[in-house]
Amino acid sequence: MCDQTFLAITFGPCDNCSQNKPLMNIYLKNEPINYCSLCVELMACQGLAKGETIHTLKVESESLKAKLEEERGKLHDVELHQVAEKIEALGQFVMKTRRTLKGHGNKVLCMDWCRDKRRIVSSSQDGKVIVWDAYTTNKEHAVTMPCTWVMACAYAPSGCAVACGGLDNKCSVYPLSLDKNENLAAKKKSVAMHTNYLSSCSFTNSDMQILTSSGDGTCALWDVESGQLLQSFHGHSADVLSLDLAPSETGNTFVSGGCDKKANVWDMRSGQNVQSFETHESDINCVKYYPCGDAFATGSDDATCRLYDLRADREVAIYSKDSIIFGASSVDFSLSGRLLFAGHNDYTINVWDVLKGTRVAILFGHENRVSTVRVSPDGTAFCSGSWDNTLRIWA
Amino acid sequence: MSNNSASGLVSLQKSVKQLRNEAGIRRIKVSQAAADLKTFCLQNAHKDPLLMGVPSSDNPFRPPKSCALF
Repeated sequence: MCDQTFLAITFGPCDNCSQNKPLMNIYLKNEPINYCSLCVELMACQGLAKGETIHTLKVESESLKAKLEEERGKLHDVELHQVAEKIEALGQFVMKTRRTLKGHGNKVLCMDWCRDKRRIVSSSQDGKVIVWDAYTTNKEHAVTMPCTWVMACAYAPSGCAVACGGLDNKCSVYPLSLDKNENLAAKKKSVAMHTNYLSSCSFTNSDMQILTSSGDGTCALWDVESGQLLQSFHGHSADVLSLDLAPSETGNTFVSGGCDKKANVWDMRSGQNVQSFETHESDINCVKYYPCGDAFATGSDDATCRLYDLRADREVAIYSKDSIIFGASSVDFSLSGRLLFAGHNDYTINVWDVLKGTRVAILFGHENRVSTVRVSPDGTAFCSGSWDNTLRIWA
Repeated sequence: MSNNSASGLVSLQKSVKQLRNEAGIRRIKVSQAAADLKTFCLQNAHKDPLLMGVPSSDNPFRPPKSCALF
């Protein structure tokens, strides 16, 4: 979308030369250092070990990459679909639109389910964020954001607040009140500040912390109450488009995917990038963890979805067909992880058998790109949002 | 950008360090990982409403065949 701008989060006195300059935000041994660009240059030259030059570093980088490929290749003894050959094939799927949520005036960009399995929050291009009751299709709350293209929205685990953001570069949290007359916009709390658009946000296991990803190439963990930055995650070389938190049993990690075609797995406490996967041929639009937390799926503009296993440290399955040429904008797993739902830019939703790698159904209904797909917390239905201004609940 | 060479150097150093870390992590064979994924799927399949289908009376989204209006 936008070119990556100069990564300057702050402007102020440099830690080293004390002049007021734009500061480059870099990390040494996990400590954030606020040096101006001149001091970073000097430090980089001093930091070179004896005999290291750009050339030797490049050579080492190439050889390490080759070694990684080789190591990963050694363990590739079988394909996932081969292991799954003996399993019964899935029967015919009948999934229809059970509810259509109409009310947005413009493209629906994002949605999220509440843990009570019936409420949904959705956001759209015109700046409106609406909370719906999916059983009755009634709108419960509506907020107008001061910006357009609200690309990210999330429901708090308690169900008492929603977070959203987009072109305003911020993530704002709105507490939901039962009083219909109350103006929600008045209670708004700005939590995250990025230097480019907010692409995705998610609450961690509590209402107190939010994880955000942005077009500025970084992800960040924020404390909701104080708005303070708790940890930031650097490593992508282009816009980060999506993130997903590991299911609670597996601990403090999350995965992010971006326009640099990479999917990175991060440790939330240290800020370290623990694993990185780069096999897609184009931007990764969406990343989602497998229900057990040992794998994750990605949907990309190269019209494929891929499954990466974290313990084997490689891609283990590709879900693609020659007839699918439009990018996948959003993916999600069913509760057992057997089905993968992918929303595409050709207005359809493809349903894949994760283990066998075959497509089990194509769902038609939307009249424009499908921008977001999410399975409900109890797995009874899934909701899709589209550029045709509607959301559909399928079961 | 005027400091292209310096930022190139810094980012190269970072990427070499990152690659060293990644080369060192422990990995398991794909056959074992795939077998675990398969086991998880099959064990949880019966709990998956979208996979198994639920009777209309239980699923709040599927309308029941007949409605009684009072």
